[in-house]
Amino acid sequence: MQLFPCPFCGPRDETEFHYGGDAGNARPDGAEVPIESWTNYLYLRSNPKGTAREIWVHMSCGEFFVMERDTVTHKVLSSTALGGEHAA
Amino acid sequence: MSAARLATGGSAIDRSRPIRFSFDGASVDGFAGDTIASALLANDIAVVGRSFKYHRPRGIWGAGVEEPNALVDIGGPQASPNTRATTEPARDGLVAKSVNAMPNALSDRNAFLDRFARFIPAAFYYKTFMWPDWHMFEPRIRAMAGLGKVDTDWTSPGTADQVNHHCDVLVVGAGPAGLATARMAAGAGLSVTLVDDQREPGGSLGHRAGEIDGKPVAMWIEETVAVLTAGGHLILPSTTAFGIYDHDLVGLNQRHFDGRRDTLWRVRPRHIVLATGAIERPLPFANNDLPGVLSADAALAYLRRHAVLVGRRVVVATNNDSAYEVAAALAEAGADVTLVDIRRDGIPETPAKVRLVKGRALAAAMGRLRVEGVTLDDGTRLDADCVLVSGGWTPTIHLFGQAKGKLAWSGARAAFLPGDPVDGISVAGAAAGSVSLSEVFADARTAVAPLGPTTAALPRSTGPEATGGIVAAWPVPGSKGRIWIDYQNDVTVKDVELAARENFVSVEHLKRYTTLGMATDQGKTSNLPGLALMAGITGRTVPEVGTTTYRPPFTPVPLASFAGARVGELMAPVRRLPLESVHRESGAIFQEYGGWLRPAHYGGRGADTDRAIQDEALRARRSVALFDGSTLGKIEVIGPKAAAFVDFLYYNTMSTLKPGRCRYGFMLSENGVVFDDGVLVRLDEHRFVVSCSSSHVAAVHARLEEWRQDRFGRDAVYIHNATSDMATLTVSGPNARKLLETIDLGRSLDDADLPHMAIGHGSYGGDAVRIARVSFTGDRSYEISIPADRAEPLWAHLRQAGQAFDAVVIGLEALMILRAEKGFIVIGKDTDGTTLPHDLGSEGPRTKRQTEYVGRRSLFTEEASRGDRLQLVGLTVPSGEAPLPTGAHGIKRESGRLHSQGFVTSSYRSPTLGRPIALALIERGAARHGETIEVQHLGKVRTATIAAPCAFDPAGDRLHA
Amino acid sequence: MTRRYSALSLFKEGLAGQTGWKQAWRSPEPKPTYDAIIIGGGGHGLATAYYLAKNHGITRVAVLEKGWIGGGNTGRNTTVVRSNYYYPESVELYGLAHRLYEGLSKDLNYNVMLSQRGMVNLCHSTAEMEIGARTVNAMQLNGIDAELFSSEDVRRVAPIYNFSPDARFPVFGGIWQGRAGTARHDAVAWGYARAASRLGVDIIQNCEITDFIVEGGRCRGVQTTRGAIRAERIGMAVAGHSSVLATKAGFRLPINSYALQACVSEPVKPILDTVVLSPGCGVYVSQSDKGEIVIGGGLDRVPSYAQRGNLPKLETVIAGLLEMFPIFGQLKLMRQWAGIVDVVPDSSPIIGPSPLPNLFLNCGWGTGGFKAIPSGGTLLANLLATGKHNDISRPFDLDRFASGRLIDEAAGSGIAH
Repeated sequence: MQLFPCPFCGPRDETEFHYGGDAGNARPDGAEVPIESWTNYLYLRSNPKGTAREIWVHMSCGEFFVMERDTVTHKVLSSTALGGEHAA
Repeated sequence: MSAARLATGGSAIDRSRPIRFSFDGASVDGFAGDTIASALLANDIAVVGRSFKYHRPRGIWGAGVEEPNALVDIGGPQASPNTRATTEPARDGLVAKSVNAMPNALSDRNAFLDRFARFIPAAFYYKTFMWPDWHMFEPRIRAMAGLGKVDTDWTSPGTADQVNHHCDVLVVGAGPAGLATARMAAGAGLSVTLVDDQREPGGSLGHRAGEIDGKPVAMWIEETVAVLTAGGHLILPSTTAFGIYDHDLVGLNQRHFDGRRDTLWRVRPRHIVLATGAIERPLPFANNDLPGVLSADAALAYLRRHAVLVGRRVVVATNNDSAYEVAAALAEAGADVTLVDIRRDGIPETPAKVRLVKGRALAAAMGRLRVEGVTLDDGTRLDADCVLVSGGWTPTIHLFGQAKGKLAWSGARAAFLPGDPVDGISVAGAAAGSVSLSEVFADARTAVAPLGPTTAALPRSTGPEATGGIVAAWPVPGSKGRIWIDYQNDVTVKDVELAARENFVSVEHLKRYTTLGMATDQGKTSNLPGLALMAGITGRTVPEVGTTTYRPPFTPVPLASFAGARVGELMAPVRRLPLESVHRESGAIFQEYGGWLRPAHYGGRGADTDRAIQDEALRARRSVALFDGSTLGKIEVIGPKAAAFVDFLYYNTMSTLKPGRCRYGFMLSENGVVFDDGVLVRLDEHRFVVSCSSSHVAAVHARLEEWRQDRFGRDAVYIHNATSDMATLTVSGPNARKLLETIDLGRSLDDADLPHMAIGHGSYGGDAVRIARVSFTGDRSYEISIPADRAEPLWAHLRQAGQAFDAVVIGLEALMILRAEKGFIVIGKDTDGTTLPHDLGSEGPRTKRQTEYVGRRSLFTEEASRGDRLQLVGLTVPSGEAPLPTGAHGIKRESGRLHSQGFVTSSYRSPTLGRPIALALIERGAARHGETIEVQHLGKVRTATIAAPCAFDPAGDRLHA
Repeated sequence: MTRRYSALSLFKEGLAGQTGWKQAWRSPEPKPTYDAIIIGGGGHGLATAYYLAKNHGITRVAVLEKGWIGGGNTGRNTTVVRSNYYYPESVELYGLAHRLYEGLSKDLNYNVMLSQRGMVNLCHSTAEMEIGARTVNAMQLNGIDAELFSSEDVRRVAPIYNFSPDARFPVFGGIWQGRAGTARHDAVAWGYARAASRLGVDIIQNCEITDFIVEGGRCRGVQTTRGAIRAERIGMAVAGHSSVLATKAGFRLPINSYALQACVSEPVKPILDTVVLSPGCGVYVSQSDKGEIVIGGGLDRVPSYAQRGNLPKLETVIAGLLEMFPIFGQLKLMRQWAGIVDVVPDSSPIIGPSPLPNLFLNCGWGTGGFKAIPSGGTLLANLLATGKHNDISRPFDLDRFASGRLIDEAAGSGIAH
């Protein structure tokens, strides 16, 4: 059972959280976006082994945030509230 | 062997409380405080089970969790197959049976297998049984599988408790290292939890000599426990720390022995001290698996704790100092003891009354069902009824390994010790390779040092000190005879040699190929000898071979502990309607739909079910129906950018909606697939209510929040899930307005004031209500939303007023017929994970909308533009035929083969139309109305004709009737 | 030396102390160049090597394994073999694997113990029965031996199931595949390794890829912990770590890595004859030929490369198991572990050329790679040998994410891919 730090609620059990994808995955708008860009946004993932920057949502309070953590050791490095559009 | 209970002594047993239990049908006497194993030994029962593969007789080896041999099935309400006799308390009336033996351990009818052992070595099954076919052989091999038996008549005596617990320091093991650490940590002002898998604290102090602070060890233990208890610290006996999980969550399993299920503890300590001791290893010699060959330390434990002398003519074989105390104690207790030490020099003083043979090892044990003698490596034969062996000590570092701690090889100890420290974890005592009490206490000081200054004094060892002298005695290749390494799974030296010969030299391959260490004991006594042998065969060092991965649980943990209270409905709770009890009184038959428990229909069970549903649907069309639609999702979107927000979330343009009006639309996923449908209500300029499918509320809510926070900003809109705030009661049918007009709803229901797809505010009994003119039946409908706790009087009023109109209360099944007659879809039933909005006939936004929305780009991929997509249609069947089965496929014949061209998604008999109706997703269906196709279900083919989805009132006149 | 496995050779070796057996596979030093390199010594990689040699006559082949062969998901899965898939593309893919499995023991001269005792995917409501019917009908059209089971049929194959009327997830029926079952997972890896090695393939263990050798925009080999090894055709089959290698090769994949946990009970005498999957309880379960109850569930919630078990998922999976089989409440958990799986948006594998020329992919099997080992190997071998797709592999190309033609079995097949 991992403990994740919700920036709003503090440390909580992993079961209260939901993974939301890579941080900084900006959405290209428009019907004419090149399909490669759209596919990049929609499907391709960096999926790093090691340090990852990810969007998470704390389902208990509903807030989305960015968490940096190590996908091998499961050490949590930081967690910050979602800064604005796309949380680059 | 001729083991017996001594007339006096035994620190663990209470001679005033005799008990009696049965083993393999025989009555066994013992005392309170006995384990099953100590009582069996006291009754001189040598053969207690059979090994897994060769069905070799097995006797008790150890006195603790490492036991590879003595497994028994416990019967009754506490039924537990494969229970270790060495750790299971003997209890009055308990029924125990040996495992893997028919009819019993002593005379097992499969014992003949051992005679064929040379033909069935490790992994033999990979090399044979291929011709003619494995299936010919498997049933018989499978029948031999397993050890214990599951009792098929057993019913659960209840659920297991689960406890979440926090503390500053968790000390695992209440031996000298754990007790000292706990006391010093307590002295540092920290909250301490001390757990131990034995029933009494003390660990090795319970049977090893020593004196602490000038006092007998028993007194020191008692004092330490008293100090901890008085300080409010938690001591959990009979509790095993079985796993260290992510972020140092420690799993404990606590036993009770009073009829309760075990308790699972999830402990979140700030610091962990592993004072888990060490496990004695066997020695390699031929037939070292015979009953009567025991761990020397276990024999001492049985003697001092249970007053059981395990033999009269005892050979103690050792390569290290620890067995000397055992030899001395047994000789003192009256046994004839020969101590055989492989070492010549640097050995302790020979104990009194003990015959010492230096520089010799055992070559073989002799006997058929139990030890009758031994042969030394010089050929000397010694009579013996018991052989006690000490091959050295393996520190119990399983939890350290689970925590990803690296191990370091110690030649001096002939063992792996904890290597580089792991944050938050200390290891102390025998687990860290310490032997004497002085070393152990020094470890305790080191473990506690980083936690702050302590007021507790470091204990001093004032008695005899154990020494750790050892010369490794690993199994060696080419040895004569059959030398067991893994007792339970029957892995011998020859099996490891075979694995090496065939290139299974990686330690993980060795494990998997020979099954070494994969038995219920998980190799606690066998892993290190096995990999040391592999090192010897392959010319590598032991650390070069390495260990297998340590995995939880340390000892087997009841499945029930993990499940806890998640049984029956608590395993996956259903959501319930505010009016559930009212519906039950009305005879509702409930079913689960998308996580909600809802009335399927009212009255009519079994064979009458269909008639009840048909009757509800028919009467709903004739006059008026009442329906509890409270599960409908109602999520409010409020704020300055609310209109732009809903525009982005919906496929359809929603910002053009006027306040007080409603519009039906789709929400798409970013891959373009229709995720949900429903009516959006605009309450005012900056306030909308998103209606969504009952089962999608949480997901839609999460989606709205995601876009709000990620794209629009926290201050642009606010989102409130009001689903459970409000009950929604639906009145539908030609007489819906007439019925409602008999009730004071605080407003006009005139169509000019409240037209179709409009929303009005009213009141009922002082409560505000919201009335939406939206229809899922195709008839004039009013959805009245009222605070959930105020719904009951309104529902009663509607029913009472409905009597004048022959109103019918309908369940979800009738509603499904009514909506299908209209061709209205249910997401997930009439759509699947590939359905795009234009497949459902909604082409407009895709071709015309200029603004951005979720999923937009995906509607223009190659796949989305294909001409042969599955499209929503209706299907009709030839007159007089039964409804099509839902799930039947439309088929086409191409190049001599049948292919699917879509499938039936909804199918009912329509009582109003007097014929079957169906919805389907069919290839190019929208352009094929009127075409007859073949439909196949479970091999049978019928025909059906493609039609428009809407089969009833296609012009929609009844909405206004 | 005894080379061929048979009852007779086992008997003869028995008389000779089992001392005449050859190495199951050779462990040669890596050569500087090969015709083809396969990265990953799991089931898929070893099968690829075997079929390259057997089907295409290409034997100058190296399988590079960073640890020990079969040590990834091949040795960590719950060993289910089945082909009860919904879409024709999937049926072609898994059907090929299933057929090859049926002849595999004889083909490899290694008993992989394919045990076809059937599998039932339970349906817990009328709605699930309707989906079940849709699925069975599709399977039957595609030539799969699927049957729609009633609750009575389920009772016949799994009498110890919880048929109590107040069960949380009552049984309405299920989807049955009689040819489904289990196989001995390690044996599949070892059998392919032995057969490939005998055809001349070099199996190199403890050889980790540190980088790709790229020249002229094409992949020409790999740098490894045992030196540079060159080839003009490189295939990768490194389930769970596909993204890591893709990053080294300079591209991204539509994959997230998750831990999939499994566990076994202590061994007990036979009590459960078939594989049973309950979508409601989130569990699939079978009993091994050793007697252990083998338990699998869904993925962990947190993307991860840590191959370790965790408590939250274990607790819900075991709760589900005891709801299915209350009498297993007597049993104890013996061992718990986790594998890292490639999770793809449509839960179908990716087989085909990678964005880096000369490098070919076999990845994205999610939780279901084991059952597809023979076809994964056959198809990657075909790609390496010919450079081209065949009809079975083409739909699984990486380009489907751009075209939108996903093969999403998720809705139809529950959790047990």
